[in-house]
Formats: sequence, structure tokens, C-alpha cells
Amino acid sequence: MYKVILPFRYLFKKRISYLALVAVALCVFIVVVVMTVMTGLVRDFKQKNHSFVGDCVVGTESLVGFSYYEDFMKVLEQADFIEGLSAAIKNYALINPKGSQRSVGVEIMGIDPVRHSEATGFGETLHYSKSDVSRTFKPSYDPNLAGCVVGIDLWLGRDAKGQYTYAAKPERQALGVSCFPLTPKGALAKAGAGEVNTKTFYYSDTSHSGLARVDSSFVYLPFEQAQSLCGMDRPVKRASWLHIKFGPNVKPEAGCEKVALLWRQFVRGKGAGLLDTVKVQSWKDYRRPFIAAMEKEQTMLTAMFVLVGVTTVFIVLVVFYMIISHKSKDIGVLKSVGISNSNILLLFLCFAFWVGVFGSAIGAAAGWQFLVHINQIENWLFEHFEFQLWDRTIYAIGDIPNTIDLEVLAVIIVSAIGACLAGALIPSWQAARQKPVEILQVTQL
Amino acid sequence: MSTDDFILKAEGIYKSYRMGTAEVRVLKGADLAAKEGEFLAIVGASGSGKSTLLHILGALDKPDKGIVRFEGRNLSEASEGQLNHFRNKMVGFVFQFYHLLDELNVLENVLLPAMAGTGVVGWLSRRRLAKSRAKKLLSEVGLDERANHKPYQLSGGERQRTAIARALMNEPKILLVDEPTGNLDSETGNGILKVFEKLNRAGETIVMVTHDEGIAQRAGRIIALADGKIEHKVNL
Repeated sequence: MYKVILPFRYLFKKRISYLALVAVALCVFIVVVVMTVMTGLVRDFKQKNHSFVGDCVVGTESLVGFSYYEDFMKVLEQADFIEGLSAAIKNYALINPKGSQRSVGVEIMGIDPVRHSEATGFGETLHYSKSDVSRTFKPSYDPNLAGCVVGIDLWLGRDAKGQYTYAAKPERQALGVSCFPLTPKGALAKAGAGEVNTKTFYYSDTSHSGLARVDSSFVYLPFEQAQSLCGMDRPVKRASWLHIKFGPNVKPEAGCEKVALLWRQFVRGKGAGLLDTVKVQSWKDYRRPFIAAMEKEQTMLTAMFVLVGVTTVFIVLVVFYMIISHKSKDIGVLKSVGISNSNILLLFLCFAFWVGVFGSAIGAAAGWQFLVHINQIENWLFEHFEFQLWDRTIYAIGDIPNTIDLEVLAVIIVSAIGACLAGALIPSWQAARQKPVEILQVTQL
Repeated sequence: MSTDDFILKAEGIYKSYRMGTAEVRVLKGADLAAKEGEFLAIVGASGSGKSTLLHILGALDKPDKGIVRFEGRNLSEASEGQLNHFRNKMVGFVFQFYHLLDELNVLENVLLPAMAGTGVVGWLSRRRLAKSRAKKLLSEVGLDERANHKPYQLSGGERQRTAIARALMNEPKILLVDEPTGNLDSETGNGILKVFEKLNRAGETIVMVTHDEGIAQRAGRIIALADGKIEHKVNL
């Protein structure tokens, strides 16, 4: 029973214990807040990438694209695990707003907006035609013109709060889009002639995917026109990628494996060498170059928090050395009433356990409250001191992520308690090994 | 007198300490025996090894050489667990500086040996009984009104009486008392000695060490420790 009573008394009656409590609480607070924000950013970034790509893609990075895509789409349409399927043309181009001398290098993406919205989250990124994606490429000012959707950061600027200012209707604006068409073997299709294909499109909407690189460099065009512009409509029709969305109960990895199997069977039937460059990839693998950088940052941050943990262990160790040196008389008395070495060790480890429990509870509660109000705090700081954690005119961040992952929270709390036990282990062990007679005699001197 | 007549017997106890490079030989073959129900005082000058002998008798320390027998059993052959049980159930210590735990109140300090001797589950079943005994002991030493006070709120005499109640909590067969009045004024010290006399009259075996021969006179038998040995024995 003393193992229950004494640790609590040491915890609440010794001021030095508060130092350990505060150290643990602070460490937990910092880790909870930073991990939540960072995890939220990574999760948000992954969700946006997932939404941009769909569950799976089949295609090639080659600007030439791949042929027989329509045949393979027919195969995929037969598969019951696929819910959405869209072919896309991807290439590079120059855009030139009519009446301007300015040309901008962009990536163009040719899509069927309805099918692409079924396979990806494209429809949700639109502003004017979100409710009716079939009108995406039909400018409201003249539906007969060939419309185009422009990445929002190519078209609009953000205010200090990160908001875009949209006109009530899209303004009439013509864009010249120039592309180098390539043959199926990668040669310039118009070598020696005009070399470039140029076509005029009219601004019909903007796309706000939340992915900075996409929103600042993508222009979406109607599929057939992009295919023609890139020379991928002859001699055989080609596409760059097929975007696939699986049914609700299909795991992306399992779905991708099924698609890969279908693709291998399809290629065997065709025997076409040009299909060698085509890959079946999950959305994660497809966007790996972008996601990996952020995941590495998160891993690095986690590694840095290990250092915070080491610091906590050290602080607890120092505090426990101080507490135990002050409590040597108690240890002598406890041993004189028959308490064993192992129970003395357990007594101080119980003390450390409760320091960890209360410290991490305080830190987690404070972190929780801070996160709940983090956006209000940031808004207040912006209004009064013009301070922003992320400059909303630059970064595509609306609110600071503040959804606490309970699993992460549990790991942090358990780690904090573990750090306390680790920090207290050596002093507790030394306390247990003290000889009562030495302690009591020294005290008497 | 056979071995069985003594509750506690020490034979040829040697103990030395190392102080830097020098070895200080404190006990050089001390012999001692205490009968059940006896009030035995060990007198000796400061540094004569009285406290060391008392700690060895109570299994708080081990002799370099020699045997301590408690009820005929050799303590040097006991396991660590058996020694813990011995300290918890068979002996009660009273120290000169009381050594009460500051974080516990008077009642909890008295209950400490009972708590130490049982786990949480066992404690829950015998808590009421233990509390009742602790309160009775506090009443016997005149501290029933101070049960909820903290040690720092007590006088020196009250602290020592709390320490005596703690030592008696598990109904030990012998009390080992180290300079019980060394830190008290004579009137308070006299009160403490009266408590020991009362306990002894009730059958408690007491071994007390003191440097004060006047205090030792209160015991039933006095032995002197000098130069690491029991030098002469005085039967009053």
C-alpha cells in the first residue's frame, strides 16, 4: 500500500517533483502540437494527391503516350471492382493570353471532365462548374467556344487570409496553347514544317486542387483537342494515363494488383513493344516524388522528437537523483521496517510512472486546448501583429491542421511515461541498493 | 544457560569500516545475549560501536565475523527475504532522530510497518484492523489527538513516541532502541523512558543503547561496550 501512498505524496508534497511534471508536460505539449500540425499537413497533402490522381494510374511518363488505351479501357470497364475510369493526355505547352506578349510554360492535361470527375476529385476543384461538370469546357459567355480550365494560381492571386477573389462569372479571355506534337516513336511530328501546334482556348473555369505545383502549372483542356494538339490522335490514338477509381470496398493495393494482372494479360495479347514503358501504379507510387519529401520531413521531425525524449529522460534522471538524495533517510526507514530492495525500486518507479502519467496528461490536455484554438490564436496574432505561421499569399494552407490523431496521442503519452521510467531507473536502482545502516548513521552524524 | 533461553544472542561479532585507506575496527568479538522480556541497556562512549552492534542485532547490517541468533536461528544463514520478514515482523527499531516520513501523517507513519508487510489486496482486507491497532498504540503513547498531524507539527518527544508506536505496530518480539532520549530534554526523555518501562512491564523485550549511564540505570540489566567488546556486565 505504501507503493500507492508514498509516490503520490512525493509527487504532490515535494516541490521538486513539480519540476519533473512541468518538464514532462512541456515535452508532451510540444510533441502533441507539432506532431498534430505536421501529421495534419502530411495527411492533407496525401488526401489532395489521392484526390488528384484517383486510386490507380496506368500509363507512361513518356510524352509520346501509349496506344491501345481504348482497348484496355474496354477491358477495365468489364471489371466489377472499378468505379471510375478516365483517360488523360499529359504534355507540356506554352500558353499565351491573347493580346499579351507573355508566354508561360505549363503542363496541359486533356480530360473528359465528367469521366475524370468520376475517377478523381477533379470536379470538386472547380469553381463555376462544380455543380455541373459537363459544362466545364463550355465558357458561360459562349458555350460554343473551346473552353479550358486553368490552375488557380496561374489565374488568381491570394489575399493575406489565403482567399481567392472570384468574379461572378468567368471573364472572356482567350489563351493560345502551343504544343510540340510527337510521333509514336518520339520524333517531332512536324519537323521541318511549322513544328508546333497552336490552338486557342477560352477561359471557362479554374481548378483549385490545393497542390501548389498543380495549381500553379496545370491547364486542363478537352481530351480530343489536347490529343490532337499533341499529335496523339494519329496514326493510332494515344493517351498518357488512365486514371482509375476503385469501388468502395476495394483496397487500393489489391485493386492495383488486379489492374496490373489485367494489364499484363492485355499486353501479352497485343505483343506491342511500345507498351513496355507503361506502368501500373498506385496513387502513392505515382506521386511518390512529392509525397516522399514531405514524409522525409515528418520522419526527420520524429527523429528530432526522439532528442526531446532524451532531454526528458535526462531531466527526469536529474530530478530523481535530487529527490532520492533528499529521501535517503526515508529509504533507510523503509528498509528498517522490512521493505525489500526490489520494492524500494518499484516504489520510486511508481513515483516516476505517476510523474509520467500526470505530466503527460497535463501536456496532452494543454496541447489539445492549444490545438482547438490554434486557428483563433493565429487569427488574433495576424489581426494584432500581422503574424502568420504560414504566409497565406504563398502557401496553399487555409486552416492550420488541428485534428488530434488519438493513436499518435496515445503513442506520445506512452513514450512520455516510458521516458520517465527510463530516467528514474538508474536513481531508483541506486536507491534500492543503499545500505540502511549507512543512510541512518550518516543522517545521525 | 542454554542457547534456547535467549531470544537474541550475538557471539564473537567483528565489524570494521574502511575510512579512506584506513580500516577502523569497531567491534572486536562482542558477545551479547538478551532474554525474552528483558530490558537490556548497552552503554558505551561515543564511537564505541553501540549503534553498529544494535544494527547488526536488527539485521540492518552484517557482521564481518560472528553469529547473531534470534530464537536460536542464525541470521547470517537467512535469505534476504527472510531478513526483510525478520525486520518487519520480529523487531521494531526506535532511532535517536525518530526518522519519521515527512510526507505521512502520524497515523500513517505508525501504520507503515503493517503496510510494508502486505500487498495492496492484503492491505485492503486488514486495513481496518491495522488502523484500529495503530490508533490504540497512539492512545497508549498519548498521541491519539495527533493522529492526523504531520511530523513537523510535533514536538521532539511526540515524534519519538510516534516512532515507538511505529516500532510496536507489528507486535515485534524485541525492540531495538538507539539513544532514544539523545535528542530530547531530560523531562521529555524521562517520559519516553517511562513508556519503555511500561512496555517492558507488559512483557516486551527491549535492547537499548545509550552513552548515558543514568538512563541505562532504568534498564533491568546493563552491559558496557568498550574497545569493541563487552567489557563488563552489571546486573542491577
